[in-house]
Amino acid sequence: MTDAAIETVDLAKRYGTLTALAGLTMSIPRGDVFGFLGPNGAGKTTAVKLLLGLARPTSGDAYLLGAPLREPDAHRQARRKVGYLPELFRYQGWLTAREVLGVHAELLGLPKHEWDSEAVRVATVAGIADRANDRVATYSKGMQQRLGLACALLGRPELVMLDEPTSALDPVGRHDVREIIRGLKADGHTVFLNSHLLSEVEQVCDRVAIVDKGRVVTSGTFAELLAGDTVRLRLTGLDGADLSRFGTADREGEWVTIRGIHAERIPDLVAEVVRLGGRVHAVQPMQESLEDRFLGLLREQ
Amino acid sequence: MSPTLVIARLMLREVLRRRLILALLALTVLAIVLTAWGFSRIPSLTQRGVPIPEAQARLIASQLLILVMFMFSNVLALSAVFVATPALSGDLESGIALAMLSRPITRAQYVIGKWLGLAVLVVAYAAIAATLELLAVNAVIGYLPPRPVEFLGFLIAEGLVLLTFGLLLSTRLSGMVGGVIALILFGMAWLGGIVGGIGAAFDNEIIERVGTATKLILPTDGLWRGAVYTLEPAAILALAEGTGPAFAANPFYAPAPPPFPYLVWCALWLAAVLALAIWSFSRREA
Repeated sequence: MTDAAIETVDLAKRYGTLTALAGLTMSIPRGDVFGFLGPNGAGKTTAVKLLLGLARPTSGDAYLLGAPLREPDAHRQARRKVGYLPELFRYQGWLTAREVLGVHAELLGLPKHEWDSEAVRVATVAGIADRANDRVATYSKGMQQRLGLACALLGRPELVMLDEPTSALDPVGRHDVREIIRGLKADGHTVFLNSHLLSEVEQVCDRVAIVDKGRVVTSGTFAELLAGDTVRLRLTGLDGADLSRFGTADREGEWVTIRGIHAERIPDLVAEVVRLGGRVHAVQPMQESLEDRFLGLLREQ
Repeated sequence: MSPTLVIARLMLREVLRRRLILALLALTVLAIVLTAWGFSRIPSLTQRGVPIPEAQARLIASQLLILVMFMFSNVLALSAVFVATPALSGDLESGIALAMLSRPITRAQYVIGKWLGLAVLVVAYAAIAATLELLAVNAVIGYLPPRPVEFLGFLIAEGLVLLTFGLLLSTRLSGMVGGVIALILFGMAWLGGIVGGIGAAFDNEIIERVGTATKLILPTDGLWRGAVYTLEPAAILALAEGTGPAFAANPFYAPAPPPFPYLVWCALWLAAVLALAIWSFSRREA
């Protein structure tokens, strides 16, 4: 038993000789917005399918809201509290969006008097309320993805799993999705976001795991992952002073770049400059971008 | 409502919304009107300028009715295959199954729900089409086969056999592949029945066993022969008995009703194939 929203222990999936997921071990605390980041084919969708019982793991264990994958009844009950937007989002084209949401509300076991009000609520949140009575077959791809999002929000699930939720959306839609995720976080929901879009993950996630070739390459908070070790200062009145004990220093006019300095020591550096009679005009800690880090990690693989 | 019934209703709604039922019913009504007109012409037939006697007209009607019902049973069989073979595979291929199966529903509930929805359809179509045809024939020529209710039972059972078999194929094969396989086997079962009849006619035990085996493997022809028997008036049975065992090879004739153990076998077959479909779908990854 575990209190994490999602926990996996050495979860693996192989299709013949192809390894889709190679021993995934991770724990996602409740209330987190967690980004599962990786290039296409990294095993992100496989992980989600295993967690939801849509595919069966070759080995390893997983727990969804504390319910073990190995216990089908407990796992099924846990799925009552999970919303899921699949990467391949398709809904019954012969139904209206409202009817699709009604079917899902019924399958979720929501009380009957809530079906329609809940359908209208999530349709409004997802931005399809004005077309909720149209058949899904008449929807654009973007609208269908919004319907999938509405479906995932139905019944205010504890855990929302979104697999590439903005793949069919325009910039306005992407912005809307980010707002929805922030709203979910504010209400205390856990969000598991599968994405290959760095900016998307960077803007909404508390923590992130970077996966490649079925393995977690690294994980942690952004601060942990992107710990900067470089600072730039604009200084005057300090000709030839030696700052090498803080790191390697490069001078370029009034700008000095110190590399290899721990963030904790930046105030000491500034105090030293002042002590030596220098004037400090600017201090800029340099952070590696997620993209640089991401590409660097994938290259190391 | 239980998840099974939610899926059953959804399946029914899909078939209704996709206008399959509408097309089927419209063509069925057209067929009933045309065949009723045909039946109404039987009494006007003459032999050497003399109108045929009423008894002969009724005999002709009984044989024609078997042929017409053969057409309906085929329409039912084909429709059952067409709706059942994509029922699960279509959801998997399109991705609809992903969102559905992630809900608190078991694979068994999903399969049984689909089966129930389709079964309602098979029962409704068989009952409506066959009853209308029987009423129409009775209205125009005053003929009613000896056991109409049993006939309905056999017709529905044949439809359910194909529907269940189609659903089993749908757990692993795409709709088109499953449909082709189901139809070929359906045709082979029918031929197997004829082959078995030939074996009986010529007292060839091995050939006769081929017929028995096909009736057991896919009980569509066995049930069809049961349906034929319920449509045969006593006069036809007496007439056929006079012509000897060779008549048994005729696919539109049955010398006797299927034995009770065979009906039990059919029920077990249905249950086993549905169970197999559930097992197979439970192991299928979405």
